[in-house]
Amino acid sequence: MKVRFKSNSFVIALSAVVLGLIAGGIFMAMIGSDPFEGFLYLFKGGLMNIERIGNTIATATTLILVGLSVSFAFKTGLFNIGASGQMLIGGLCATLVAHFVNIPRPLYLVVLIAAALVGGAIWGIIPGLLKAKFNVHEVVATIMMNWIAYWSIFYFVPAFLKGPFLETESKSILLEKSLRAAWLNKLFGGSQYINLGIFVAIVAIILIKFILDKTTLGFELKAVGSNRYCAEYAGIRVNRNVIISMMIAGGLAGLAGMVFYTGYASNMQIGVMPSMGFDGIAVALLGASNPIGVFFSGFFFGLLQSGKGFMNAMTDVPPEIADTIIATIIYFTATSVLFKRFWDWVARLLSVKFDKKGGN
Amino acid sequence: MSNNNNTPRIWIRVTQLLKSWKDKLLKRSLRGWIFPILIIALLVLVIIGSANTLVRRIAPYAIAFTIPMLMASLGGLYSERSGVTNLGLEGLMLVGYFATAVTIKLTESTGALWVVPLGLFIGFLAGAMFSLLHAFASINLKADQVISGTAINMLASALTVYLARIIAGSGNVRVMMVINRNDIPGLVNIPILGPLFFTQSYWSTWVALGIWALSWVLLYKTSFGLRLRACGEHPSAVASAGINVYGMRYFGVLMSGALAGLGGGIILVTYSGEFNGTVAGLGFLSIAALIFGQWKPLGILGATFFFGIATTIANVSMVIPEFGVIPPVIFKVFPYVVTLLALVAFSKNSAAPKASGEPF
Repeated sequence: MKVRFKSNSFVIALSAVVLGLIAGGIFMAMIGSDPFEGFLYLFKGGLMNIERIGNTIATATTLILVGLSVSFAFKTGLFNIGASGQMLIGGLCATLVAHFVNIPRPLYLVVLIAAALVGGAIWGIIPGLLKAKFNVHEVVATIMMNWIAYWSIFYFVPAFLKGPFLETESKSILLEKSLRAAWLNKLFGGSQYINLGIFVAIVAIILIKFILDKTTLGFELKAVGSNRYCAEYAGIRVNRNVIISMMIAGGLAGLAGMVFYTGYASNMQIGVMPSMGFDGIAVALLGASNPIGVFFSGFFFGLLQSGKGFMNAMTDVPPEIADTIIATIIYFTATSVLFKRFWDWVARLLSVKFDKKGGN
Repeated sequence: MSNNNNTPRIWIRVTQLLKSWKDKLLKRSLRGWIFPILIIALLVLVIIGSANTLVRRIAPYAIAFTIPMLMASLGGLYSERSGVTNLGLEGLMLVGYFATAVTIKLTESTGALWVVPLGLFIGFLAGAMFSLLHAFASINLKADQVISGTAINMLASALTVYLARIIAGSGNVRVMMVINRNDIPGLVNIPILGPLFFTQSYWSTWVALGIWALSWVLLYKTSFGLRLRACGEHPSAVASAGINVYGMRYFGVLMSGALAGLGGGIILVTYSGEFNGTVAGLGFLSIAALIFGQWKPLGILGATFFFGIATTIANVSMVIPEFGVIPPVIFKVFPYVVTLLALVAFSKNSAAPKASGEPF
């Protein structure tokens, strides 16, 4: 019997992660730190006690939602590199609601979520429309949208939401207007960052999984993603699906913005392009664009991001090592054909051995 | 056709010439003319405005902002013309910015004349070295160039700050030796043009313009340039003519890294004077300029200058009341919006290299 071992996307993603961690270790060793100690503190910083676990979950929440956004667009064959801009606009809409809407909390939360969804969706639908109507490449269009959002916020926030002390950030929202909940903070040992966003993320994952696997819309989206000409031939309206896909992806990134700006943080800083928008690409790639995979890979990257402060305090390693590791993992995912070749070669080697031993 | 025999030959020739010119004029689409017209219009405006002290005051700043963008955009031109999309320009600029800062920091105690040129050269080399990552992924491994470019951006922004913390102790590297502004002797006395272009200029500006001119000659007037451009249009045809497509594309990507790195270095030695871990979207602005300039040397010169003026007006509008009437956000957002509009307007007959972004 032949050993059937084929490299699948999970093995390849795992290889990229391992190599990324090794590269991180090399960077630590390069500056004379002990990589094992560095990683120990990195993971300890994210998981040491219940409070830190809460912080890790809070960091992961944003990443999960952005990863979901990127992977949803991936399913339709689109590359949503504009999650940062969609986050900014979604976050801005949520911040505006938090400042100016005074209604009972359950209703308020609905309005907050709706505002962020709509804000992000508008920012996502524009590249979708441009792609569908004018065949403008969505990568370029979303990059432009990112910077339009960046500069709009840069001037909008100081003009309309200026904080009392600094020119560069908005007024803090009231605690009872944020996504934080006292019982949740207590549950996680007083974690400052854990918020209701994690439930939004879980609901979003279930909904997206349902849409993709159980609905006609999901089938059409995936069909467009795997072969748009075939889909067109089968009578699927490709352009409509492109627009819907970018709209939903934008909405998800908008939710991520809400979770970050009104849950994790309590105000918006100007002049900062949220790096989570790009980390989300890593989350989606590692999660193989599968909602459940995105959930776990979001946690993994959240762990790296949340433990870096503690590691920096305990060792000489600068906190940017976490971002370096994430970037390296993305690079190795892009070059995954190398691992595919490697694992296929290993598989061939193994099968030859087995053939010799067992016959047939 | 006795009529024809009677007409003098020279007249036939002239009418033929006129007809061909008319055909050319009619056939050439808007795209062929828009940039020459734009540049002439700009020059006329600038010359009219030169009587105005305001224009005279901002012209040196506009030029200073334009040059780094021009270099990165020109790099993008090399890469895209050879058939490789390079979204990593932002990161490559950052690498050059960092390498130049570190080089000058380490050597400036000598106080020698060669410190700044050496710094720029190291920035140039560092950009080229870093772009090897992108070249290897997108040429040899046929990886997704968008993902690889994004990874380059993330890696650069994490790694440079990481190294800066180790080398300089903090994320910022401040240098003392930069390029001094000088009036160009002789030329500064030219009536109108002198005060606009030759006062308070950096020598790096003239080096950059020289590189631009040389690149134009190389890409459009030599057989090497023809081959390189052909690699971006129809690589298999080039390969069948016995030309090494991989080599050409490596050259294109390395030049993009080198020029973007040089652009980053120029930021440091002209208006910044300090490495601070970000080039604030200038690399993406260069990509926008490349698209708005329709992948042509003259086009990108016009586009970068246009964007440079817009950026300058936005930056100075706080201090110069004449510009206060228009909100600065308009000028900041303007480059991205016009790029989107250009993409829409030219979507039917795009000038983008046909094989750009496609592995060979």
